[in-house]
Amino acid sequence: MTPGDAAVPTTLSLQQALFEYALRLGDTSLILSHRLSEWCSHAPELEEEVALMNIALDLIGQARALLTYAGEVEDKGRDEDALAYHRDERDWRNLLLVEQPNGDFAQTMARQFLYDAFAVEFYGALRQSRDERLAAIAAKALKEVSYHLRHSSQWVLRLGDGTDESHRRMQHGIDELWQYTGELFRMDEVDRMLIAAGIAVDLEALRPAWNARVGDVLSEATLIRPADAWMQDGGKLKGLHSEHLGRLLAEMQFVQRAYPGLRW
Amino acid sequence: MSSRDWPLWEVFIRSKQGLDHKHVGSLHAADAQMAIEHARDVYTRRLEGVSIWVVKSSDIHASNPDDKPAFYDPAEDKVYRHPTFYTVPDAVKHM
Repeated sequence: MTPGDAAVPTTLSLQQALFEYALRLGDTSLILSHRLSEWCSHAPELEEEVALMNIALDLIGQARALLTYAGEVEDKGRDEDALAYHRDERDWRNLLLVEQPNGDFAQTMARQFLYDAFAVEFYGALRQSRDERLAAIAAKALKEVSYHLRHSSQWVLRLGDGTDESHRRMQHGIDELWQYTGELFRMDEVDRMLIAAGIAVDLEALRPAWNARVGDVLSEATLIRPADAWMQDGGKLKGLHSEHLGRLLAEMQFVQRAYPGLRW
Repeated sequence: MSSRDWPLWEVFIRSKQGLDHKHVGSLHAADAQMAIEHARDVYTRRLEGVSIWVVKSSDIHASNPDDKPAFYDPAEDKVYRHPTFYTVPDAVKHM
């Protein structure tokens, strides 16, 4: 938390906070899902492609539940599709980490692993939410992300502790993305209001478990944990994204932008 | 197929009601753990199973089709090997 945050006056209603919270989670799942879907027909092996698409579909399921809930909380008639396809870049609240390009397969696995290690802790904690909808979504999501973590951890281990070439690529992927991991734990007044209401998860409390898990896997994979230097910020809390999100949205939203309300 | 490809594995799945694992197909994987995970993703997407076995295809040894006459034909005229060949005396209950 930067000192500036505390100065922001709290004019937020609980309803607005809950909408924002569900949006941040739903957007993160949807954008990560879309990134994974870009591997469709390009994955290194057919079996691995099926695995990646399974994960992408799990994430779409989470996004649908969360964005539908966000729309209901907002109560302005926006459903999951309106939120997914008719919002511009600045209105997106996903983590910067998940919008980063796939890079090579190692970088995709690095991104997935850094996120999965967080998601397992996060959804585990969100099951205790006083908000029944979020608790139910978390209970379902936890089973899914546990498998995703297993999958991505195995790849970090295989590639990190594999050949010189795979080790180099895995280390590169981790190094490239490390600057986006600080945002996983960033919070603002939305979080603080909902934590006080017993609804949200205190992200700072998840950091030791995330650090331990990531540290264990990286060291077993003979990879070097990057130093915690400057961390990128602003996507989840403020809608300030890297240049990559715009292009992703252009592709993801094209059909609904060109033919609004189209069904098939 | 080049030697750089992952080896082939045979996949056996036990369904919820099933008592035994049944062969469902094959897939490529670098090792047994990856084969089990791939099998989960490829063959249990629609709740087909609750248990998975994988066996390296190269570890399966099969009978030779050319041996068929020597292997199986001699059993054709041995009807007494079937329990139905025998008449059970009336005095024997619970058979």
